[in-house]
Amino acid sequence: MNLDAKIPSGPIEKKWDNHRFNVKLVNPANKRKFNVLVVGSGLAGASAAATLGELGYNVTCFCFQDSARRAHSIAAQGGINAAKNYTNDGDSVFRLFYDTVKGGDFRSREANVYRLAQVSANIIDQAVAQGVPFAREYGGLLRNRSFGGAQVSRTFYAQGATGQQLLLGAYSALNRQIGAGQVKMVTRCEMQDLVVINGQARGIVVRDLVTGDIRSYAGDAVVLATGGYVNVFYLSTNAMGCNVTATFQAYKRGAGFANPCFTQIHPTAIPVSGDYQSKLTLMSESLRNDGRVWVPKKGGDKRRPADIPENERDYYLERKYPSFGNLVPRDIASRSAKEVCDEGRGVGESGLAVYLDFRDAIKRLGESNVRERYGNLFDMYQKITGESPLEMPMRIYPAPHYSMGGLWVDYNLMSTIPGLHVIGEANFSDHGANRLGASALMQGLADGYFVLPYTIGNYLASQKLTAVDTDHAAFREAEKGVAARLDSLLAVQGTKPVDAFHRRLGRIMWDKCGLSRSAEGLKQALEEIPKLRDEFWQDVRIPGVAKGVNPSLERAARVADFLEFAEIMCWDALNREESCGCHLREEHQTQEGEALRNDQDYSYVSVWEYKGRGEKPELHKEPLAFENVKLSTRSYK
Amino acid sequence: MNITLHVWRQENAAAEGRMVQFEVPGINPDMSFLEMLDVLNERLEQDGKETIAFDHDCREGVCGMCSLVINGVPHGDQPGTTTCQLHMRHFKDGDSIWVEPWRATAFPILRDLMVDRAAFDRIQHAGGYIAVNTGAARDANEQPIAKGLADAAFDAAACIGCGACVAACPNASAMLFVAAKVAQYTYLPQGQPERARRALRMVQQHDAEGFGACSNHRECEAVCPKSISTEVIAILNREYLRSALLTNEGLAEAAERGPG
Repeated sequence: MNLDAKIPSGPIEKKWDNHRFNVKLVNPANKRKFNVLVVGSGLAGASAAATLGELGYNVTCFCFQDSARRAHSIAAQGGINAAKNYTNDGDSVFRLFYDTVKGGDFRSREANVYRLAQVSANIIDQAVAQGVPFAREYGGLLRNRSFGGAQVSRTFYAQGATGQQLLLGAYSALNRQIGAGQVKMVTRCEMQDLVVINGQARGIVVRDLVTGDIRSYAGDAVVLATGGYVNVFYLSTNAMGCNVTATFQAYKRGAGFANPCFTQIHPTAIPVSGDYQSKLTLMSESLRNDGRVWVPKKGGDKRRPADIPENERDYYLERKYPSFGNLVPRDIASRSAKEVCDEGRGVGESGLAVYLDFRDAIKRLGESNVRERYGNLFDMYQKITGESPLEMPMRIYPAPHYSMGGLWVDYNLMSTIPGLHVIGEANFSDHGANRLGASALMQGLADGYFVLPYTIGNYLASQKLTAVDTDHAAFREAEKGVAARLDSLLAVQGTKPVDAFHRRLGRIMWDKCGLSRSAEGLKQALEEIPKLRDEFWQDVRIPGVAKGVNPSLERAARVADFLEFAEIMCWDALNREESCGCHLREEHQTQEGEALRNDQDYSYVSVWEYKGRGEKPELHKEPLAFENVKLSTRSYK
Repeated sequence: MNITLHVWRQENAAAEGRMVQFEVPGINPDMSFLEMLDVLNERLEQDGKETIAFDHDCREGVCGMCSLVINGVPHGDQPGTTTCQLHMRHFKDGDSIWVEPWRATAFPILRDLMVDRAAFDRIQHAGGYIAVNTGAARDANEQPIAKGLADAAFDAAACIGCGACVAACPNASAMLFVAAKVAQYTYLPQGQPERARRALRMVQQHDAEGFGACSNHRECEAVCPKSISTEVIAILNREYLRSALLTNEGLAEAAERGPG
């Protein structure tokens, strides 16, 4: 497996400029001769499809929902980072770069992150020009707030609906191209396989979720913008439909999967309330700007929070990390919450929750100001729990939220399969072992608006691509494989519903490959997962047929892939004998329970190559070089 | 809680539909409405029966995918709430609940409770954007926007495109949906050059899709999960009229429609 990251030479601040000058261009008249398939219509997919359409490429964009606007980017709440330094508090491209590399616990690729910080400012300009209604001051200028892992205010936001507004901005740009005939939008279709011809990605096979038909689409390049995979945990903050199928099928076709065990557990979600629960609802990190996290000092303290006096409360983040306080990065906040709950100091009925309290903020700012900042989040919380955060502190607990891991890509965002590009959460490149808040929106849009449109041109201009259409034998064969797989799922006719298996898989992953991991637990998981997978293929019961709408079959196909993918996560977590960012190996921590990194042996990207179902995948390594950021122990104290 | 459900079942767009009764015992009041349907579906799966098809995705009230007319009200009777945010604690033990899909000519039923809302996308293709190519934007702070206008634009932009406004309207009009987008861009300085064209194109597409006209019942506002005010429809009406005064295309259309 060739892992040449193709990082341009030169000083870091010149790399992207040099590269943009050196890449081959496709002349305007030739762009219309290329067909690009973009799978996914979230921030990354919609922005890429729209921009490629503007440039003159023929684009087909796919989503499994009924409209491009439903992609899960829509649910992002808190904000988007950009190195604008509008607040004059010392921000710069270099600081955003530095914070992101440090926040990721030194496991991301410097050159990619620097480029991300460079284009971040353009994203805000672009969004404002599209009519995205960001929060503003009375003077009419844009407003900022703070997010975890940074000591500057660089986060732009639109109440608690920043993802929605940015996605609708990208969706509007996409709509303009659809209206102009440059982009063809294919909705309610889910990618089931990648077609590789002569070693190049040349198309995809989809299942039409309305008719059940299996169809092929051919193109000159394929772009996966299919999001993350934390629904492997069953309960997560992701939408119900989020899945690993597109990236996993690409992996089976030869794309390397990088750092699969790097999954972000977000510290502030509404806690689990029962077995029937279908998902966990996030409460934005922005709430930690003004909310204070605490638990009672004594275990088993069942008093109402208002009755617990100040000196009997433990504001544990402020106590342990005085310089960042409640705004420590997500991995640290999540682990600390687990720690206090493990000590028996958790609150709520289950004891698996901590308080996020706005009492002091309301005293300081007044109720109406607090409401203006967080009103829609408070409403959301109240709808679910029946309690108002203005009267009772919120109860929160960590929940799987984001995958830093994803398909390996080089500096051009191309995977190990030529022609297959991967953008947004679906790739691995920018967040290392922990993503900072408000950086996912930034990366998705950076990739789609400002990076891929240049780099894909370089690929297309430097290839001799023979004409391929969907009559090619490779498409026929892939279609047959997809149909056969779905038929074999339907043929099992066992006794248990799909979700019964997904729940059990989630339990294994949460217990053994979640907030903390150990060699012993991971080895157990690697025994349990294949057993569960075998049981699934012998005992799952999927009613209905392959034709027409069949939600049970859709979910079964996704769960079947999660049941294979989960193993790679565990192999990866087992291999990485260190703690870094989200990945806490119980064997590797300091006396105070902080992550103990091992730069000597693990300063690399783990890239896994598929070796057959149930076989251990082969590990390849991309060494990480840190030339601009000094490797140090991450400290937020 | 024990619930009796009456659910619209329909094989596909061409088939006849009918209400089917299900007994759903053992429901926890903290479940969301969709989690209650999940429980029923899981029981159906276990018995080898086909599950009830309904659209849903984010389950936190923002993707706009979930729908359902519950006891005659789109998204149920809680104000400012999507179906996925509606919880069973708002119902009583022993209740009978009627569940139907959005009903409108422009939203054909695909199966059971799923409808095709592609007409909404086509209205957006016709003009729901500010034409600015990637890379063509100037610095975001070069043009200040009064906070009041930015906030008003946000309130209009909060639309999730679910279609409840259409399902609630006696004319199956999508005016609240169209108006929310038009109003957002009308408030903002960036949206000005295309104002007239946008209102005209979007209304034309709205009509072509088979949505009805607005006759000010304001049922849409009452059910809108994002509480979007019908004030935006007043803005749309002004914008539409303005386009007739400012563009030849608008003038021709006004002449064709005649007075009223």
